[in-house]
Amino acid sequence: MPGAISQWFSAGDYLLALPMILLSIFALGILLIDLMLPPEWKSINAWTAGIGLAFSTAAVIRIHLAYARAGQGVLSYTGFMGSMMVDRFAIYFFYLFLVGAGIAILMSAHYLEIERENHGEFYALILFSVVGMMCMAAGFDIVLIFIGLELMAISTYVLVGFLRSDRRSNEAALKYLLLGAFSSGIFAYGLSLLYGLTGSTNLQLIGEHLATHMRENPHDPIAILALVTTSTGLFFKIAAIPFHQWAPDAYEGAPTSITGFMSVAVKAAGWAMLLRIFLSGLYPMRPIYVPLLVFVAIATMTGANLAALTQNNLKRLLAYSSIAHVGYMLLGLIAGSSTTPSATGIQGILVYLLVYTFMNLGAFAVITSLRRRDVIGDEIDDIAGLITRAPAEAVLMLIFLLSLAGIPPLAGFYGKYFIFLSLIETGHYQLAAVAVLYAVFGLYYYMRIANAMFMRKAVDTRPVTLSPAMATALAITGIATVGIGIFPDLFIRAAGWSLSIAQPLQLTSLFH
Amino acid sequence: MPQNYVPIFLFMGVAFAIPAVTLVLFKLVRPENPHKTKLMPYECGITPLDDARGRYTVRFYIVAILFVVFDVETIFLLPWAVRFRWLGKFGLLEMGIFLGILIVGYIWIWKKGALEWV
Repeated sequence: MPGAISQWFSAGDYLLALPMILLSIFALGILLIDLMLPPEWKSINAWTAGIGLAFSTAAVIRIHLAYARAGQGVLSYTGFMGSMMVDRFAIYFFYLFLVGAGIAILMSAHYLEIERENHGEFYALILFSVVGMMCMAAGFDIVLIFIGLELMAISTYVLVGFLRSDRRSNEAALKYLLLGAFSSGIFAYGLSLLYGLTGSTNLQLIGEHLATHMRENPHDPIAILALVTTSTGLFFKIAAIPFHQWAPDAYEGAPTSITGFMSVAVKAAGWAMLLRIFLSGLYPMRPIYVPLLVFVAIATMTGANLAALTQNNLKRLLAYSSIAHVGYMLLGLIAGSSTTPSATGIQGILVYLLVYTFMNLGAFAVITSLRRRDVIGDEIDDIAGLITRAPAEAVLMLIFLLSLAGIPPLAGFYGKYFIFLSLIETGHYQLAAVAVLYAVFGLYYYMRIANAMFMRKAVDTRPVTLSPAMATALAITGIATVGIGIFPDLFIRAAGWSLSIAQPLQLTSLFH
Repeated sequence: MPQNYVPIFLFMGVAFAIPAVTLVLFKLVRPENPHKTKLMPYECGITPLDDARGRYTVRFYIVAILFVVFDVETIFLLPWAVRFRWLGKFGLLEMGIFLGILIVGYIWIWKKGALEWV
């Protein structure tokens, strides 16, 4: 037996994991504090969760500054014997998760009181799911990634079914649980095949062994089976067609603030995991997975955009729209040659995830604010005539919808811009044409909501009241959606920064 | 060495003798009062053969889940106990953190009343 075990982990490892450790401590704290709180003091839980997110953000900023001080020399900080890699890519996603969770908590505070389900567990579960997401983004070992995925998924299953007296919520949670468990099983099977082929759980080593393996045996059926099962699990988690069936039901039944959280943070975590695995572990199989991605991307854009046209439930409509956005983002991974992904494409995906976080959470914040004791408020009829009931909210919703459709100068435009640019740069003109065509479909169903808000008479003429927390959430998302659109440089540079180090580790190995 | 098997045969003999003796002995001693319910196989107090749509109380699930949680705890504790000396203070600390998290869960379920049967 070599040395004492304490030499394996250094104090630095725990500094890298500090954002997750802090969130876990606060989540456990909320569970204990909630037991002692009288019912009228339950809003303390939201504050505790917010403070936990702030502490975690401070820990992330600390790692961020370490990179800034170290300059270009430091490639990435790895910890726990290479299983965790908190590189710039991971830090970018950490910020995304923390912002997504923060806005979701702001949206939830008043909403849970209306639903009479104001329990501390709600916030604890959100924090735990963020811990899981961070493990997915920073995991460089398939075991850590899988544990992170399960931590996130199990927390989300419970959150989806949080409205215990609501049949839709229960049904959504059960559906999500069953399909999620099934897809996790397939994913784990794929990972076990990868381990069997390469003899390692570290993504970098998997990549290296797989490269040798593919050179010797380019059409190994086991490698292809591993690729297909792994990507099935990944496609399920980001809700790409044909693995999307859970999304509309889960999104419709979940508490509205959780629908928003799932559509941005949970999805971003799925993307972080997908990019890590496809770019670091499976890159030698790129010639095989690109045709697969082309099929999935076209199916996703077609199916989701066509299905969204006829939806009358706002949450369901936005669920299909979020599936359609996944289709566009997949194109960013397709862009590039048959052996090398395009850096613009990957950067486009990161920018897309950032702008999507704000505009989609904003749209869900508006829908959440329509909820009252006696009105569920998630049908298109409920939003009709919003301009007379709450003019500011109606205008904000219009901004979010136009941004989702990708109209300049709003944030959503830049997401699509980089994706389409990367396709055109690398000669995928047909795909770019198809994607632009479907963006027009998108404009139709987003404008259907706008039409209802501005052109139709209100069914329910009472004015919409906003809690201070909800107003803050709307202000943040609104300012970000317009701000990123007007000053995109900073955010595009941030996405580029996150790739400048994370990718060369993988990309240089591709360029030889 | 055949004589090495002698203890094993002795052991088997005793093992077979005990149930045989006790069954016969109890048959002679106990009061005979047969009943249909008594003849059913015992399965945690649940009727073993029933309609598939029959319902039974959700408490069983809660107890089962709690059992799994603390069962897993034991699974993690055992290897640590076996290698206790080698893992040293570091292992003790890590196990303390692990148990600390579980204790929070334990307090939570206790306060929530999941441990009370009625």
